[in-house]
Amino acid sequence: MTSEGEQRRILSETTACPPFDQPMRRAGLDPLYATGISIFQMNLGKLCNQACRHCHVDAAPDRREVMTREVAEQCIDALARTDIPIVDITGGAPELNPNFRWIVAQARELGRHVIDRCNLSVLLLPSQNDLAAFLAERQVEIIASLPYYRPSQTDAQRGEGVFEKSIAALRLLNRIGYGIPGSGLILNLVHNPVGAFLPPKQEAIEAQFRKELDRWYGVVFNRLYTITNMPISRFLEFLLETGNFEGYMQRLANAFNPAAAAGVMCRYTISVGWDGTLYDCDFNQMLDLPVTGGAPRHISNFDPAALHHRRIVTGNHCYGCTAGGGSSCGGTLT
Amino acid sequence: METYYHPGDLGKFAEMGEGNKELWEKFIGYYNAVFTEGALTEREKALIALAVSHAVQCPYCIDAYTQACLEKGSNVEEMTEAVHVACAIRGGASLVHGVQMRNVAKKLSM
Repeated sequence: MTSEGEQRRILSETTACPPFDQPMRRAGLDPLYATGISIFQMNLGKLCNQACRHCHVDAAPDRREVMTREVAEQCIDALARTDIPIVDITGGAPELNPNFRWIVAQARELGRHVIDRCNLSVLLLPSQNDLAAFLAERQVEIIASLPYYRPSQTDAQRGEGVFEKSIAALRLLNRIGYGIPGSGLILNLVHNPVGAFLPPKQEAIEAQFRKELDRWYGVVFNRLYTITNMPISRFLEFLLETGNFEGYMQRLANAFNPAAAAGVMCRYTISVGWDGTLYDCDFNQMLDLPVTGGAPRHISNFDPAALHHRRIVTGNHCYGCTAGGGSSCGGTLT
Repeated sequence: METYYHPGDLGKFAEMGEGNKELWEKFIGYYNAVFTEGALTEREKALIALAVSHAVQCPYCIDAYTQACLEKGSNVEEMTEAVHVACAIRGGASLVHGVQMRNVAKKLSM
């Protein structure tokens, strides 16, 4: 994919939508400020065993950017100095980082709730055959990507054969208790639209997934989150190549929802990049837009007090989180 | 090239309110109420609308309800079946009039 600077230029120069600060100003949300930090999101790197067509990280098996032990230790030290309750681990496939299990163990020892954003197929890799048991033992919440309950749509987005592997992994997780009521092991799914359109209402598509996955595959789960595809990196490339960029930006902007804008995830999240740089969210991370406002920009100098009410860095890509019901790593916002 | 249909005109639909605001507001109020979830889900209603769009052969409606169906979580297989329903009813409507043809022919023939 093209450089972060070129992506920022394409996004800022489009005439398909008004600049993002305009509707935000009308909603009384410009400038946008953080309200605290309740989620400590760690991106462990771009290495992944898949290369999905919508991936805003541009993650792939040949990527070499991974969080080192040194940065991982700085993250745990920073966490220990705060009472941030949730550690949200993402990637790439974060489990492929050699420090993943150490990070999980340390965060759990600190008493934090840990989320693993899992692509499912990683659970079937021979090198990860004890991963599911490790996650269960430490009561890690799994948020797993499954864009659709049918093979053709899922494979179109995530690669040939991924649906079958995903179902095998979900069955494995169900067998050890994940997604089973009363087990305490949380298995949530993520639905991304397979194309240049908005996601459905979360409750409606969750009901469809629940019915279809149980009916055809005997798979159960706790919740389903809908996440809007962000016009960044590989999905931006898809939009440009297929002539959908202008229409998609227009669609996002027309669906701007002030209520969703008020609740965007960046307001209560700090996002740590694989090299320790601090961002407002994983999307700003991929556009190389670090936190601003004078607070230290690296986890080695983490200063939560200076970050609590920081001004959030926004741009036209933010329309992705404010459209319709809104979108966040925890699904819809309204 | 000049054409009767312009894709951009779909976005100008609300301009119909400029000719008669009261009738437009009544129509759009009714329209929105029709598509609100009731005994049928929004997804089911969008699939019906897609089928009807093909029956009335409205390119604006086909554009709008293809996107709407996808955004309600339907897939292309379901949408294709909906179009076949429209096709079957249209085709059946022609064919069943063959009975009228047969009645007339029978009356006229020796």
